[in-house]
Amino acid sequence: MNSTPGTVSKILNYSCVDGPGNRLVVFLQGCNFNCQACHNPHTIGQCNHCGDCIPACHVDALSMVDGRVVFDPEHCDQCDACLDACPIDANPMVSDHTVADILALLHKHKPFLNGITVSGGEPTQQLKFVIDLFAAIKAAPELQEITCFIDSNGHLGASGWEKLLPVTDGVMLDIKAFSQQLHGAMTGKSNHRSLRSAQILRAAGKLHEIRFLLVPGKTDTDEELNQLAEFLGELGDDVQLRLNAFQHHGVRDAARQWEKMSEEGVSLAAERLRAAGISNVVTPAVYV
Amino acid sequence: MQDNMSKLSDIATDSTLSPAQKAHFLSLEAENMLPYPALDTATAAALEERVICDMYEGHAPYRPRYVLPDYSVVLSRGSDYLELPVPETLDEAVNTLMIAYHHVPSITGMPVYIGQLDDLLLPFCDGVTDDELYRKIRLFWRYLDRTLPDAFMHANIGPTDNRVARTILRVDAELKQTAPNLTFLYDPDVSSDDILAIATRNIVECSKPHIANHPLHAATFDERGYGIVSCYNVLPIAGGASTLTRVNLKEVALRAADEADFFDNVLPQYLELNFRLAESRIDYLFNESNFFSSFLVEEGWIEQDRFTAMYGVFAMAEAVNTLQAKERREGSYGFDPVANDLGLKISRFVAEAVQQRPMQDVWRDRAMLHSQAGLSVDVGVTPGIRIPYGTEPDPVTHIEALAAHHEYYHSGISEILTFDETIRNNPEAMLQLCKGAFACGFREFTANVASNDLVRVTGFMVRLSDIKKFNENQGSRTNTTVLGAEAADIVGILERRPRVVGNELYPGYGQ
Repeated sequence: MNSTPGTVSKILNYSCVDGPGNRLVVFLQGCNFNCQACHNPHTIGQCNHCGDCIPACHVDALSMVDGRVVFDPEHCDQCDACLDACPIDANPMVSDHTVADILALLHKHKPFLNGITVSGGEPTQQLKFVIDLFAAIKAAPELQEITCFIDSNGHLGASGWEKLLPVTDGVMLDIKAFSQQLHGAMTGKSNHRSLRSAQILRAAGKLHEIRFLLVPGKTDTDEELNQLAEFLGELGDDVQLRLNAFQHHGVRDAARQWEKMSEEGVSLAAERLRAAGISNVVTPAVYV
Repeated sequence: MQDNMSKLSDIATDSTLSPAQKAHFLSLEAENMLPYPALDTATAAALEERVICDMYEGHAPYRPRYVLPDYSVVLSRGSDYLELPVPETLDEAVNTLMIAYHHVPSITGMPVYIGQLDDLLLPFCDGVTDDELYRKIRLFWRYLDRTLPDAFMHANIGPTDNRVARTILRVDAELKQTAPNLTFLYDPDVSSDDILAIATRNIVECSKPHIANHPLHAATFDERGYGIVSCYNVLPIAGGASTLTRVNLKEVALRAADEADFFDNVLPQYLELNFRLAESRIDYLFNESNFFSSFLVEEGWIEQDRFTAMYGVFAMAEAVNTLQAKERREGSYGFDPVANDLGLKISRFVAEAVQQRPMQDVWRDRAMLHSQAGLSVDVGVTPGIRIPYGTEPDPVTHIEALAAHHEYYHSGISEILTFDETIRNNPEAMLQLCKGAFACGFREFTANVASNDLVRVTGFMVRLSDIKKFNENQGSRTNTTVLGAEAADIVGILERRPRVVGNELYPGYGQ
């Protein structure tokens, strides 16, 4: 296995919120969007080894070696002070994992797993790693029941999906907003490629669900919900739509000024969408 | 005596207890005015210091702790003593069971086992429509909760996928009652994926049923089978357990100089004293109490030689952490591989001791090891071999850390996995974790979903809304294992005892 290792922010053995069943989740570091509402902004940037995080660490788990920030997981007590100190929304605790490393984890936890999900950051930023990983899983006879899912913002182009989809079982696709102006303001990018990705994935039978984050006064407006219903109607009105509620947990200061989304607000939006013919709307189990 | 009299008077005049609850507590006080069964000095001292514990079963064991009648006897032969003919219809069968339950004793006075209900009722279901079955089971379930209000009362179903089991699961999820408790016996070769999926969806709905690894348990018992009763005790059918005595592993560890002293001297010493405590109580039950002259024996509902002795351990986590500190090692139980290995070594050591020690008047001449779930008076100790409340790792790590212990705990291992409520949108995850746990050698799978109104406290079920009525602050709690750790506080909060309680959990009046 000579492939490039993945730059990993975190790995969970257990998640019931990242696709169907219980999944091993690999959070890859780095994102091509810069969403104001991001609830784990420390996965956006890539470390530039400036060293600003080193004094923030109270257990000396970070040090500068040959001009690079080195992290010692043995000493880390997971206080996350380094994340707050980072000026570029990166994470000094990331580590490189090879395809073989992840396969070993899958073998170890296999009886408990329905599959693996790569999330982020934006996992398709590390396209080669994800393709190599999923191809290796598909090639392993004893991992045949493990399904391979991606949690993506859809900014990947058609040629990228063409390489990735043959080894992928499903994609959870985030659409942040429909109005170009709003999408630009919220993410720093246009939504053309995300919408195109939804069509590509649907045509390939790999669109597990569309995820839409409801932010009061921004994405729960009449215009946004009408466009969402229209888009889903064209895509196929049985597509699973997961409505998420904007919360303050983990978000950066600017977005913390925004109003949180209430359970009532989500229910109203869900009712409207169902009335518009969208049959498969999932709402959150928990509001925090 | 003056103290006793005033306590009896307090019970008789208590404003919060029902007459039946008063009668129960008065009988406990009267029993404890009798002298304790004879104990040697060392055993008496260890009991006094509560290094070993008799679960406050009382001074005169005049009935076994747990009785598991073979109810197929009364359903196939009727009962001369109870003047019951052989039932022929489903109504008659259910009615016969309803009567039978009131004649089955246990440590709490309530039946802890109400039978393998699908096996018992299926022969009476020919010609009964699905709707009739549903309505009859629904009434039966309501009757059980209202007349036998003890959350330790336990029904078993499975491993086959059948109409009665499905109907019970449907009714149980609809009614969300604290009683009866329910176990589904799962066998991957027999149970359908469908019924396991229904069972795990029920857990998401109401934290029931408990799911048992049927092939593993069946291999431990004989052809007459086993039942899962009360708070996950696995015992022979047509028998039960005469007694449950338990060792507080933390107290044992505190008395040891170091790890070597623990294994070489202190632990073997207290293990032996716990055997003697059980023997003395069993001797009273078998040779003094006249229990086995009951019609239950005469008519073949139970057999005298099918009663085991449950040999309990608890506070494993604190024992391991205490020994780790004595050895100047840092890692703690549940997380650190060295600490986890030490815990496993303790389980293996105790299991070996239980296997080697013959006991009189005990099924197969040996006690059965049990990971004991706790009493409301336990303070600063974690039930059984569990990882301390509130510090549990994710469910996969949790299961992997404890799976190796399960082979040693033949009479049950009370383990509770707590899930946050995001699992509601994804019951498939619960199903996979259950399958994974059994593939790793788990004997049983017990789960709580954090936001369910109906939750387990150390093993029995309570309604959070009942508790909330008495303390508004409780409404903010989301981690039910924290509730379990504070069971004693909860009882304090409940100024008026709820109608349905877990009698086994409380040693006596005012405790």
